[in-house]
Amino acid sequence: MSETANGSVVITHDVGLHARPSVKLTKLAKGFASTLEIAGTAEGPWIDAKSIVKVMAMKAKQDSTLFVRAAGVDAQAAVDAVISLVRRDFDEAGDGH
Amino acid sequence: MGTSHQGTGASDGLFLGPVRRLGHAAAARTATGSVETERAALQAAIAQSVADLATLMERVDGEAQDILGFQVAMLEDDALAAPADTAIDGGTPAHVAWSDALDGEIAGYEASEDDYFRARAADLRDIRDRVLRHLSGDGATAGTIGAALLGEDIAPTTFLETDWSGGGAIVLMRGSTTSHVAMLARARGIPMVVGLGALPEHVTVIAVDGGSGTVITNPDEAQRARFSAALAAESEARGLDERFRFAPATRQDGTRIDILINVAGVEELDHIDPASCDGIGLMRSEFLFRDGAPLPDEDTQYRAYRRFVEWAAGRPVTIRTLDIGGDKPVRGLTPDGEANPFLGLRGVRLTLAREDVFRTQLRALARAAVHGNLKVMVPMVTVPEELSRSAALFDACVAELAAQGIACDRPPLGIMVEVPAVAVMPDLFSAAAFFSIGSNDLTQYVTAASRDDARVASLNDPAHPAVRALIAKVAQYGRAAGIPVSLCGDMASEPRHLAALLEAGLTSLSVAPARIARLKAAIAGL
Repeated sequence: MSETANGSVVITHDVGLHARPSVKLTKLAKGFASTLEIAGTAEGPWIDAKSIVKVMAMKAKQDSTLFVRAAGVDAQAAVDAVISLVRRDFDEAGDGH
Repeated sequence: MGTSHQGTGASDGLFLGPVRRLGHAAAARTATGSVETERAALQAAIAQSVADLATLMERVDGEAQDILGFQVAMLEDDALAAPADTAIDGGTPAHVAWSDALDGEIAGYEASEDDYFRARAADLRDIRDRVLRHLSGDGATAGTIGAALLGEDIAPTTFLETDWSGGGAIVLMRGSTTSHVAMLARARGIPMVVGLGALPEHVTVIAVDGGSGTVITNPDEAQRARFSAALAAESEARGLDERFRFAPATRQDGTRIDILINVAGVEELDHIDPASCDGIGLMRSEFLFRDGAPLPDEDTQYRAYRRFVEWAAGRPVTIRTLDIGGDKPVRGLTPDGEANPFLGLRGVRLTLAREDVFRTQLRALARAAVHGNLKVMVPMVTVPEELSRSAALFDACVAELAAQGIACDRPPLGIMVEVPAVAVMPDLFSAAAFFSIGSNDLTQYVTAASRDDARVASLNDPAHPAVRALIAKVAQYGRAAGIPVSLCGDMASEPRHLAALLEAGLTSLSVAPARIARLKAAIAGL
C-alpha cells in the first residue's frame, strides 16, 4: 500500500546540516523503502534525502526550515523519523544545549 | 651541488633519503581508451578508497573518525561520481572525469559563506586525491616507507595512514607548525619542515633538518656525506638514550624525577608505551575544539578523555581545560579583532565568560574521572577568584551529574602557572591542588617578547634569571605548602635547561613523547 506524507521542521542544530548531521540524516533515510525528499522551501527544489552529496550541497543552516516529503509504503514513518532527528539536534547537543 | 632551502622547523630530527611527492599521482596515469574499462577503473578506485578509509577508521577515534565517516558516506553515494560517469561515456578518461567532477563540488564548497561548509572543501580534495591515487595504480601508502613526503600541504589522513615504521620526513611548501599534523609529527618524532615556499620540480633525494628548518634538495656527494655523519651521530645518541626509556628517571644522587608526557590527540597514544612514562602531565583539550568544526558535545568529550585515562592505566592524567584565544583562535568562541590577543580573553578568562562551554567540558571530565587517575587544571589563571569560581562550577556540575544518577568523580583541580602575577605570589593560590608551570607563556610574559617574532626571539629566553627565579619560587612554595609542582613547557625537554630546573627543586617534568628517552638519559648524568 502506497501513501504520501509531508511535514516541516526548523533546524536548531548550531551549525545546520553539516557533515555529521548529514551522515546521520542520510543513514536514517536509507532505512526506509519510501522515496524521501527534502527542500529548503515548500516549493522545492526537492532533493533526495538518501544522497549525502545532495544533502550537503543544500548547505542548510541553523534556523532555516527543512521541508520533508515521502511517498511509499512507510512514508509517514519516514517523515516522522526525519523530523524527530532534526528536533533532537541529530542527537548531538552542541553549544548552548 | 644541491640547493639549500630555509623554512620553519615544525618537528625535530634529521632525515636523508628519497622523496615522495604529494598530490601528483594522476599525472602518471594513461587512459585505456575504452569507455567500459574507464568506468570500471573509476568504480574500482572508489571501492578501494572506501576500503582504505574503513581500515583507517578502526585506528582512530573521535573527530578523526567523524571526518572519515563523512568521506566514506560521500564516496558511497553514487551521486558523487554521476557527473564523472557521464563524462566518461562521452569519451573523457576516468581520471580527468573524476578530477573535473570533484573540482566542481570543491568549488561549490569553497564558495560558501559559511565557515563550516567551506572547511569541507579540504575533505573533498582528500577524497579526490585518494581516488586518483588508486586510479593511477599508486595505492595510498605504497612506496612511502622511509620517504620524505613533499608537497604544498598534507592532509591529516595522509599522515595517519602513512607507514612511518621505516622513518620518513614531511617537507611542505606551505603548512603550519601548529597544525594537527605538526603535533602528530612531533609526537612520533618525524622530522618536519614547513613554509619553504617554491621548491624545484624534480627532487629525488632530500636532506631534512627539522630542528633548524633547513632542507637540501638533491644534495651532492659531499653534502650527503656530511649529512650522513650528522645522522649517524644523532642515531648513536638516540641508541644510547633508548637504554633509559623504560627505566625510572633517576639522578646520580638517587633522586627520582617523574617524567610525564604532553599530548594533544588520542591518535598519539597508539605509538607510546605507557610504561615509558609516569603519566600524562598535559593533555591539551583544544584538539577537540577545531577551528571551523562544530563544538564537541559532552559525550564526545567524555569518550575522548576516557581514552586518555584508560590508556594511562592508573598513572595520573592531567587534562587542561580549554586553552584557546591568544594564538589559538576558534571561530564562534574566541573574540575577533582583539588588539592584543595574548593579553586578551584567553584560557580560563574565556571559559568563565562562556559558562555553557565550560560546563559541558567539566561534566565530561567528571564522568571520565571515574575511569582512572584524572586531574584537571585551568590555564591563564591571574587571580584566586578564577580558581574558586572554576572550582565552584566544577562542584555544581558534579552535583548535577550525581542528581541525574550519572557516574562521576570530582578530580583535583590545579592551575597553570604562566601569568607572572601568579609566579610572583604563588601563596595567594594555596587552594590549588597542584601547580603546573607553563614555561613557554611564563617566559613570554616575563620577558615581554614573543617567540614568533624573529626580531625579539632572542629576548624570549627561559634561561633569563628572572624566569629561573620565578620557577624556583613556585617550586619552593609548593614544597613548603605541600602542593605538587611540575613544569610542562618546552624548556623541560631542552637538556641545556635541565640542571637549572633540577636545582630549582623540580621533581616532575612533562615533555613531548619523542623526548622521553633523551630526557631520562640526561637526568641520569646529573
